[in-house]
Parts: sequence; C-alpha cells; structure tokens
Amino acid sequence: MGMHEKIADLNQKHKPVDTKTPHVVTMIEAINMALHRAMDADPNVVVLGEDVATNGGVFRATVGLKDRFGHKRVMDTPLAETLIAGISVGMAAQQLRPVAEIQFMGFIYATMEHIVSHAARLRNRTRGRLTCPMVLRAPYGGGIHAPEHHSESTEALFAHIPGIRVVIPSSPTRAYGLLLSAIEDPDPVIFLEPKRIYRMVKQEIYDDGVGLPLDTCYTLRQGEHITLISWGAMVHETLQAADKLHQQGVSAEVIDVATISPLDIDTLVASVQKTGRCVIIQEAARHCGVAAEICAAIQEQAFHSLQAPIARVTGFDTPMPYLQRENVYMNSASDIVDAAIHTLEVA
Amino acid sequence: MQYTKTPYQQKQMIDANGAVVGSLPESVSDELLLKSYRTMVMIRTFDQRVVALQRTGQMGTYASCLGQEAIGTGIGLALKKDDVFLPYYRDQATQYLRDIPLHQQMQYWGGNEWANHFSGIAQQDFPNCVPIATQVTHAAGVASAMKIRGEKRCSLVTCGEGATSRGDFYEAMNLVGVWQLPMVMVVNNNQWAISVPRNIQTGAETIAQKAVAAGIEGFQVDGNDVCAVYDAVRYAVNKAHSGKGGTLIEAVSYRLGDHTTADDATRYRSHEEVNEAWKREPIKRLQTYLHASDLWDEDQEQALQEHCKQEVEQAVKTYLSQPAQPVADLFDYLFEETPAHLALQKQRALEKMARLGGK
Ligand SMILES: Cc1ncc(C[n+]2csc(CCOP(=O)(O)OP(=O)(O)O)c2C)c(N)n1
Repeated sequence: MGMHEKIADLNQKHKPVDTKTPHVVTMIEAINMALHRAMDADPNVVVLGEDVATNGGVFRATVGLKDRFGHKRVMDTPLAETLIAGISVGMAAQQLRPVAEIQFMGFIYATMEHIVSHAARLRNRTRGRLTCPMVLRAPYGGGIHAPEHHSESTEALFAHIPGIRVVIPSSPTRAYGLLLSAIEDPDPVIFLEPKRIYRMVKQEIYDDGVGLPLDTCYTLRQGEHITLISWGAMVHETLQAADKLHQQGVSAEVIDVATISPLDIDTLVASVQKTGRCVIIQEAARHCGVAAEICAAIQEQAFHSLQAPIARVTGFDTPMPYLQRENVYMNSASDIVDAAIHTLEVA
Repeated sequence: MQYTKTPYQQKQMIDANGAVVGSLPESVSDELLLKSYRTMVMIRTFDQRVVALQRTGQMGTYASCLGQEAIGTGIGLALKKDDVFLPYYRDQATQYLRDIPLHQQMQYWGGNEWANHFSGIAQQDFPNCVPIATQVTHAAGVASAMKIRGEKRCSLVTCGEGATSRGDFYEAMNLVGVWQLPMVMVVNNNQWAISVPRNIQTGAETIAQKAVAAGIEGFQVDGNDVCAVYDAVRYAVNKAHSGKGGTLIEAVSYRLGDHTTADDATRYRSHEEVNEAWKREPIKRLQTYLHASDLWDEDQEQALQEHCKQEVEQAVKTYLSQPAQPVADLFDYLFEETPAHLALQKQRALEKMARLGGK
C-alpha cells in the first residue's frame, strides 16, 4: 500500500473561518484558498482531475484539499479528460458541484463533446429540470517555455458555445472572487487560469468567501484618451503600456474583461464613448478571437464615438511556436504602446 | 488471472540478477545482446546529460526515460525499417536506433520544430506525441493504410499505462481487433502516471488483459529485460507482417526519475519504493550477464563509457551551436501554400524581430 492509500480523515476538521486577517497571496494561492473556502461552505462541492489529490495539482492549485476534505470529495481520476468532463455533467445533474481540473488547456479538447452537447444545454433541453453547475478549471496561455501543446490560448473556442460562462481572472483578488462565484453559479463555467501570472504578483486578500460578479468587466485604470481592453496574462503588459503612455502624456483607460462570455459590453462601450479610441489586446491567435467579437460589438454600439478604427494586438494565426521562438509570438508592452500611438495618430 | 489468447509465453529471459531464465531463444544472439547493452548505456548517458542541461537552463522541460531504456531498445532492434513508429515521449532509445541523432532529440526538448524533420528509416515515423494516447488512433490509421494496400509492414505505437485509461487507446485497440490491423501496441507500464500509481489508474489486474475485450492477443513482459522485450516485439511484428493481426504488449518497468524535469516525485512516492525498483533496472543485469558469459570485460566497459560520453558531448555541442530557426519558418509550414493573411503576419513578425535586434 502506497502513501496514496492512506485514507484522509473524513471527519472534516472544521476550522473557524478567519475573515479578518489579510493574506498576501499569489494567484495560485488565491485559487487554492477559494477552493478551500468553497468546499468548506458547501458539502456538495467536489474536486476532481489528474494529480489533484495526493500531488495537489501540477501547479499546486489543489494542494491540501485531500487532507482536509478527504478522498471522497477530492479525487484523482484515471487519465481521461472525456471522462472527467462527462462525470462532471452527471455529478452536477445530481446536485453536486464538481470543480474539475484539466491539467493544461491543451488537453481540454477531448472534453468538447460533453461541454457543447451536454453541459451547455442540459438545462435548456430539460426546460430547467436538470441543471449543470460544474466548473472546469484549466491553466492556459504561453510565456513559461513549456513543451508543445502547453501554451495555447483558445478561449474563443469556448466563448463561441451558447450556454456556458467563460471566466478568466488576471489577479489574485479576481481569481479568488471569480472562482467562488463560478462554483456557486448554477450553470457551467469554464474557468481559465493564465498560468504565466500564477506567481507573478501578490495581493492582499481576505478569505471572506465573498464572490465577484460574473457579468461585469473590471476597469483597472481610468483614462481619457484611449481605452485598452484585455484579459488574462496580457492585462499586465496592458497596464505597463498604460504607464508608458502616461509618461508620454497619454491617459489610457484599462479594462480587464474577465468574463469573456457572457460579455459585459456596456462597460466597454461606455469607455469607448468616453475616449473615442480603442485597442484590444489578446494573447490568442487573431482570427475569430474574442477581440473580434468585442470589436464588432463596440462598433455596433459606439460607432459614432469612434475617432479611429479599433486596433487589435494579437498573436499570429499560427500555433504557439516551440519554446525557442515563443518570444516571437508573445506581445510586449511596447507592441501595445505602438498600437495605441498609431490609433491616437488617426486624426 | 488467465487469458485465453496468450500464445506468446516467454516473459523474462534474463532476471534482475543477470541470470538466464530457462535458455535464450535463437533470436537473441551475442551480437544482439552487445548491441542492446551499448544502446542502453548510450541512452542513459544521453538522458542524464539532458537532465543536467535542463537544470542549467540550456534545455526545456524534459521527460527522462531513466529505467525504461530496455523497452525502447528492444523495440528499436526488433522493428523493421519499413515499419512506422509512433512514439509517445520516452522513446529516446527507439528513436536513436531509427537513426534520429542525439543532438536532434535534444533539439526537440530544446524547443525547435526542425527536430521533427526526420529522414532515413524514420522518414515516415511520427514525432513525439504529447496529448496522451492520441497517437494510438493514428497508429491504427497507419496500419489501416498498410492493410488496404496489402503491404507487409506494420505500425508500432508506444504509450504509458496511464494512457490506457483514455478512450483513444480503447477505440484504437478495438479497431485493431475488428479489422485485424497489422499493429503492435507497447505499453510502458512504469507504474506511475505523474503522481497517480498504477493501482488507482485501473481496476484491471494487468494492462495486458485489456486486449481480451478487443479480441487481440495481449501479454506482459519484463520491460527491464531487453531480451524479453526484443523477442516479444519481434514476435508481434512478424505476426503483423504475416497478416495475423495486432498485439498488445505490456512492458512492466519502473519510472526511476521524476515524471519530467518539472516534477518532484518525492512529493508522492517513497524512497524505499524507488530504491527497490533500482534493483530491477535494465542495464546492470545485462552487464552482469555479459560479464558472466565472457562477452564483456572491464576494458570494454571503460571504452564504452568513454565513447558514450564523447558522443553525447559532441551532440551537446551540436545542439548548443544550432541557431534558433528563422522566424519565417513559423509561418511557412502551416499550409503547402502560405495564404495571404499569413504572409502579411510573417512580414510583421520579421519586422518585429528586426526591431528586437534579430534575436
Ligand atoms: C491528454 C493529456 N492529458 C494530460 C496530459 C498531461 N500529462 C502528461 S504525461 C501524463 C501522465 C502520463 O502517464 P503515463 O501514460 O503512464 O506515461 P508516463 O509519463 O508515466 O510514461 C499526464 C497526465 C497530457 N499530456 N495529455
């Protein structure tokens, strides 16, 4: 019998929840904290996936959960993504709240059938009789010199599916609050975690169990001259770009979309109505990306406010190159500054 | 557990102490034993060097094959040049035996697509496969093409035991049975799928018995005994070539290293277990046998170690001196003819590189 066979204490040790002390945490720690809080608050929340229990996840997102909540609620599954998504649908229909981890977004594609054909439409097909309150978490995105298939950003594939939410945090605070809300949400949520920034910054957060809304963008910086819209890891380059623009006398508004689908278009439109100019920044490939949808929606609703064409800073329409050339694919703050200056130069 | 379909019986030929079990079959010549030994020592030298390169920031994440050298070596020696090999990612030995140079294997883990541009006998081989088990379905497709054309060839695919939990594995194996495909499936059962041990991966007593439901022959061999692996693969390849269908071989071994250089196995398994496994590793036992059979002496051992070091150092040099590929290559191989929008993006990428100083 190996160590994995040791059955964790099934009697949950109810630690009193300390909501008063601030924790200074990274995004991955915030995710871990939210998982603990959600499992603590609701016995129906279960966690499953590859290497999530004994190992605590390859990125350590689920560390400590098995010891705390036991192997019945924190499950190492066999290596099978189709299965992970499929059993999550079944569990959710039985009023559990499965939070499944797909180890990397590059391995999420096998789950598509269950997401498109079942999770996203179970409520609709049964006219509300069966529902699917499941969360599928996956680390995604490039910039960490990972092996092939470990670096793509394919959030648009999911944003295109009616009936699911797609949520992407870009800071510890939003990771904590958005994940809690995703787990509490009565419908399926794809929760994509930009792994490049898992450990990039620390923020002070309170483990108060309070979620953040899933239907709003987050304005991170107010500005007058141009609106910079992004999500995920690129929010950081976008904020850096705003700093650089500020040094050049340009006041840029920065918005983290955060909830890719459904999209809070009102906040985006209001900002562009104010600034008249807009650059959308996505790490993903250009063609049919989320930026294209935002672009279309803004021009539909704010056409008369626009003083320049909306610009996009995106990846190329190629796969993410193997690591030696990853740098060619990734955009930097100066690429964003260049696009902004170009947009501002349009008379 | 008994399976009805196991005409292949010999599961071990040289045991963990280097003693012959029964007698060696004719297929296993002295020459073959020596070649196996040389290959395994070369691959272990290579493997340790690549891990060291990763630790010093000169290599991407690397999946070591430490402890599994006999499987790749046995396959590489048994497979014929016209067969098609579809690897997973611990097949360094097979790839080496299919003439994919060591520096080219380094280039793969170092992050350059040109590493997959094989030539010679590997011309039709697939590159390493990272999305687990998907290669097994491709192997069934390759075997289908061979069968449709009536060729005397086969596909050989490898995967880990964790991979056998995926639909792709079962779906492909089912087809091998129902279409009688000329295909050999070798499962590297190294007991661990990252942190998930064999006994919580499947309720089946063996991986080999999964073949029963697909209607194909399946059996276990000692995956640390290069002779047993070689002879089993040779048997399965011959069977496929003669139109008698597919085989599932479970090569029982142990992953002596971390899952990859990004993993820390001490988090989930004990030192005792790993130390025990070292006693069964593939190289030492063959060395013992070779010494005992007067096929090998200390001088030869020293010369071999020296040779392997030199070859690997030469490969490191070649690898480190290769420039990153031209940026245009990222765009020029997506389609046979590059569409207009990509040509424009290529232009942008080249300008960006120029701005970055061409690095
Ligand atoms: C479809 C898919 N899911 C998950 C992963 C991440 N992953 C890489 S290797 C691995 C474990 C594989 O175990 P096994 O098949 O036993 O082979 P081993 O690595 O032990 O040789 C996992 C989960 C992946 N590469 N592909």
